[in-house]
Amino acid sequence: MTFLLRRALFYLVTLWAAITVNFLLPRLLPGDPVQAMITKLGGRLNSDAMASLYVLFGLDENKSIWEQYLEYWGSLFRGDLGLSFTFFPTPVADVLAQSMPWTLGLVGVTTIIAFLLGTLLGVYAGWKRGSWMDNLIPVTTFLSSIPYFWLGLIAISLFSVTWPLLPAAGGYAPGLVPEFSGEFIGSVLEHAILPGVTIIVSSVAGWILGMRNMMVTVTAEDYVLVARAKGLTQKRIMFAYAARNAVLPSISGFALSLGFIVGGALLVEMVFSYPGLGYVLFQGIGGKDYPLMQGVFLVITLAVLVANLLADIGYLLLDPRTRKEG
Amino acid sequence: MNFKTKLGLGILAFFTLIAVVGEWIAPYDPSAMSDDLLSPPSGSHWFGTTMTGQDIFSQVLVGTRGVMVVGLVCGVLATFLSILVGVTAGFLGGAADEALSMLSNVFLVIPALPLIIIVASMLPSADTVLIAAVISLTAWAWGARILRAQTMSLRRRDFVEAARASGERTWRIIVFEVLPNLLAVIGSGFVGTVIFAVMLQITLSFVGVISLSTWNWGTILFWAQSNQALGLGAWWWFVPAGLCIALLGTALALINFGIDEYANPRLRKVRA
Repeated sequence: MTFLLRRALFYLVTLWAAITVNFLLPRLLPGDPVQAMITKLGGRLNSDAMASLYVLFGLDENKSIWEQYLEYWGSLFRGDLGLSFTFFPTPVADVLAQSMPWTLGLVGVTTIIAFLLGTLLGVYAGWKRGSWMDNLIPVTTFLSSIPYFWLGLIAISLFSVTWPLLPAAGGYAPGLVPEFSGEFIGSVLEHAILPGVTIIVSSVAGWILGMRNMMVTVTAEDYVLVARAKGLTQKRIMFAYAARNAVLPSISGFALSLGFIVGGALLVEMVFSYPGLGYVLFQGIGGKDYPLMQGVFLVITLAVLVANLLADIGYLLLDPRTRKEG
Repeated sequence: MNFKTKLGLGILAFFTLIAVVGEWIAPYDPSAMSDDLLSPPSGSHWFGTTMTGQDIFSQVLVGTRGVMVVGLVCGVLATFLSILVGVTAGFLGGAADEALSMLSNVFLVIPALPLIIIVASMLPSADTVLIAAVISLTAWAWGARILRAQTMSLRRRDFVEAARASGERTWRIIVFEVLPNLLAVIGSGFVGTVIFAVMLQITLSFVGVISLSTWNWGTILFWAQSNQALGLGAWWWFVPAGLCIALLGTALALINFGIDEYANPRLRKVRA
């Protein structure tokens, strides 16, 4: 239990750091873009909205930085992230709530598929070391060196423009109303294929390589030799002896690289105009919409931390040593 | 040195050369417009032209420098930070280790891309070196983590104990006894950071948060995307820059395999 408690404490510290960075950035960096924005929007802002923007971006010069910090936390706890400039006058929290499920669906599912697929391929590649499987490595290295968004562009140009098989943009066909019907779900799945495959193809290579190298290291251990000497089946040695031990670094790597992968996946959303957080962020960049961009950053950080905690629980189930201590 | 490593070094040398001479050998001014609008690759325009008749081959050549400079600057800065944090944490242990490890893990877990996008778009002038510095701040943590683990396994070895027993000062032990044994890890961390930095810079240019006044491969892709190159079927507009990125990334990854195999003989190819 101490293991999980320690991890949970660490995630709380990380969350605090992310929120504090978010608080400090607009106050430390030169220039005053938010003030400019407010001046531009002028009379269209009501006094409540003005007040919340002042709290979030520290335009209130009369208050000390500590007072500002406390007020900032106060508005976060109320779920007040300010108003979006791009989708004016929608509150940032509403924009995020709308796009969050799309990102969770697309990025969550594809990341898990890529992890499982890559780990499995890595187990085989490490086990059959020296066979034709080794040729997979340069190919996957090349694929993983391609930026996510460029692979997305190529996918669109091949499968939507040259051979119009799949839709190039959006989360569902225009004209459909989001509802729980066969037609709508089918359209969502159809729109998810290209971005999903793009994410899987470009992220799977890392898992294959990491798992292969760990398998190669573990297969040389004495306990694997003993398992062989006992005459156990190949399959049992491969999964129950070698892979089970080799997968541990992969899982802790999964947790740590999640932030990186999610970043790449956001880019895929931008390229495919997928209605998730990545596309919202992209629209925010164009309009210099700081409340929106900062909101996206906070939600993504929160999601990554929760996913990390889940990976830790998985680690706990696989590695008895973490359960014993304490 | 095996074939893979040599290939990687060869490609890297090629791009380094282009980075230096690209501006002089480019056949056209990359920003100059001409009357050949959106023409496919031909003898006079090897990679074709853009919507406004700019020569894409020249853009790729001139853009190489920006990419390589950011990669190099970030690689050096972030590697320095990772040695500072990782080796110190691993060697000292105790409370200092706890604090520094926590710091690097926090940096690892926080999603870097949205954070850098915010910082880059808030900066009043986003010139190449400034962007490189910002990227380095998020790129050091992975290396620090690996260096810490390696240092911990080194610090109780006999030769370190011997140095300690003979009264060497701590910094001297770290620099002369520990660091030389970490060179392979530092090298592979450096290469990994360069890949990360190059990708990030290209990404930032592509989404349009970095100034578009200087050319790099990401800027080419930005213009291609914002001018609907995909819908127009102008594949030559975005294919060359992307292939260059992938080639450079592969070259660096191959070099890294070479370093890994040097450090861990078990990974070397078995002779059948």
